[in-house]
Amino acid sequence: MRAVIAEDSLLLRIGVVKVLEAAGFEMCAQVADAEGLLAAVEEHRPDIAVVDVRMPPGFTDEGVRAALVIRRQYPRTAVLLLSQYVEERYAADLLAANTSGVGYLLKQRVADVEEFTEAVRRVAAGGTALDPQVVAQLLVRRHSDPLDRLTPREREVLELMAGGRSNSGVAAELVVSESAVAKHINSIFTKLDLPKADADHRRVLAVLRFLGVATA
Amino acid sequence: MQLTTWLRLVPGRPFRRVGHRTALVAAGLPLHLAVVPLWLWLLGTMAASVRAPGAVAVTPLPVLLTLVVTPLLTVGQRRRYRALAGKGLPRPAVPGPGRNWKPAVRRLTGRALWRQVCYHAVAGPLLAVLDLAVLAVWAAALVAASIYVWIWALPPQWRITDLGYTTQAACITAGGLALLFLGPRLTGALVRLETRAAEVLLGPSRTEKLARRVADLAESRAGVLDAADAERRRIERDLHDGAQQRLVSLAVNLGLARATLGDLPEDARKVIDEAHREAKEAIAELNNLVRGLHPAVLEDRGLDAALSGVAARLPIPVRVAVDLPQRPSPTVEAVAYFVVSEALTNVVKHAQATRADVTVERIGETLLVVVADDGAGGADLAAAGGTGLAGLAKRVASVDGTFSCRSPAGGPTVITVELPCAP
Repeated sequence: MRAVIAEDSLLLRIGVVKVLEAAGFEMCAQVADAEGLLAAVEEHRPDIAVVDVRMPPGFTDEGVRAALVIRRQYPRTAVLLLSQYVEERYAADLLAANTSGVGYLLKQRVADVEEFTEAVRRVAAGGTALDPQVVAQLLVRRHSDPLDRLTPREREVLELMAGGRSNSGVAAELVVSESAVAKHINSIFTKLDLPKADADHRRVLAVLRFLGVATA
Repeated sequence: MQLTTWLRLVPGRPFRRVGHRTALVAAGLPLHLAVVPLWLWLLGTMAASVRAPGAVAVTPLPVLLTLVVTPLLTVGQRRRYRALAGKGLPRPAVPGPGRNWKPAVRRLTGRALWRQVCYHAVAGPLLAVLDLAVLAVWAAALVAASIYVWIWALPPQWRITDLGYTTQAACITAGGLALLFLGPRLTGALVRLETRAAEVLLGPSRTEKLARRVADLAESRAGVLDAADAERRRIERDLHDGAQQRLVSLAVNLGLARATLGDLPEDARKVIDEAHREAKEAIAELNNLVRGLHPAVLEDRGLDAALSGVAARLPIPVRVAVDLPQRPSPTVEAVAYFVVSEALTNVVKHAQATRADVTVERIGETLLVVVADDGAGGADLAAAGGTGLAGLAKRVASVDGTFSCRSPAGGPTVITVELPCAP
């Protein structure tokens, strides 16, 4: 798979590149700001762009804005945002416009090399990868939430789903069988009033409705 | 003591700016005396009205004329000080455009005018007497000190032919020199007296000075707060660009080593694992610290976004409700953020609470911040170094806010903060 990276800290850029190259990614371009990122995406049309949120010149949310542009103009390029802190508001911006091919992780997650490369692959393939902290923050924002209707276990399952895990991933994390996870997920769909349709789509809808960034 | 020091101390440099000072005194004379004819006129009309009651109708005229010339004389006095004393007199506050009063009426009711009248009509003539005395001393000093010149310059037939005249002239010269020695000191003292009188009666009143001082202090305090905020932002930025990236990079490299070096001995693997874990913990700790300083998202998206972030990082559920139609000033935002963030840290550390509620809303020109928890209570504002509540109260007071903490033993604890924010 082909990737570009936009990160203004040289040290970290080198680190991420090493990790991705070790995982078999082809690095098309390495840039240090949002403008360079858009040019690189235009030129290389990569499968995924790994983007720092805070970049020159403003050092606030340049990465988020660039990500939204990329997802709109180059739908085949997925975007994974990296940030020192995750901010719920940026996640909401990102997720409100896109339900697939996006990710938002803390920078320190890169250090867990296997999990990080797994997340990059998942996002590049059109999946999602949300940091547990993003999920936690989005949950805080839900004032009258369907959360009340879920059991603690179902809530755990949904948080892991929101992070982008598959059924087997959830099962491994919670140390339960996959069939137990499937049962929980069905129960969640019912409680969130999601119609029986394409299972994957329902999964995404469940997560997004739960996080309060998509209505129905 | 060295001779030069002694020489400098004893005469006290009385001849410094003596020309200017004397000119100041001389220029004061006509200005101070300008009101005297009006006084005489007033006394005249009053005396006349005693003899003929009809003349009393003329009495208000000199008073009115005094009021008319007062501002002109004040301008003259200011010029005198600006030109000859090297610095102008401080001006009283100009009455602002309040209500719909005509400016003349507002001036009449203001105290500044009556203090000026007091200066020109009462202090002025008295100072004029002193001015005259000092000028007379100068004149006498100059004439007496140069008596030999006068004697020499006079035509021979007018000269005093008395035999003892040399001794007398010597005495007169000595007296003149003594007066020359005294003159600058008298002038200096009079200038000080004049300046004092002018500052008190023509300058701003004590109330005005205090008001001005309060305004200045408020401004400088705001400046200090802004500077502190900017400093906090700078530190956050430096840490973000420096130490944080370095630590993450370190953790990434350790992670890479762990993942790629398959054939390590068990001991080495253990060490790398340990270092990897510690690097990640260090990142988390530093992140928490740095985010408490001044998060970028606060500047970028405001209180709601920044506080949600704080709430989400806590181990207990926190409900955050921020209702602000528009954003308050950056300083108020920073204080509100700090208060909530510290208060929630306290809740987690001390309150044994299971949940907390944060509300931020704007009521009129006040930003109301309430942090409540269902914990054990007993928080004490006076507890030294204990819960950091005193620090919160100080930070709130720095922007003229109010801080209250209700925390009965057994709970719950409610912290209420009101921050003024201009519309």
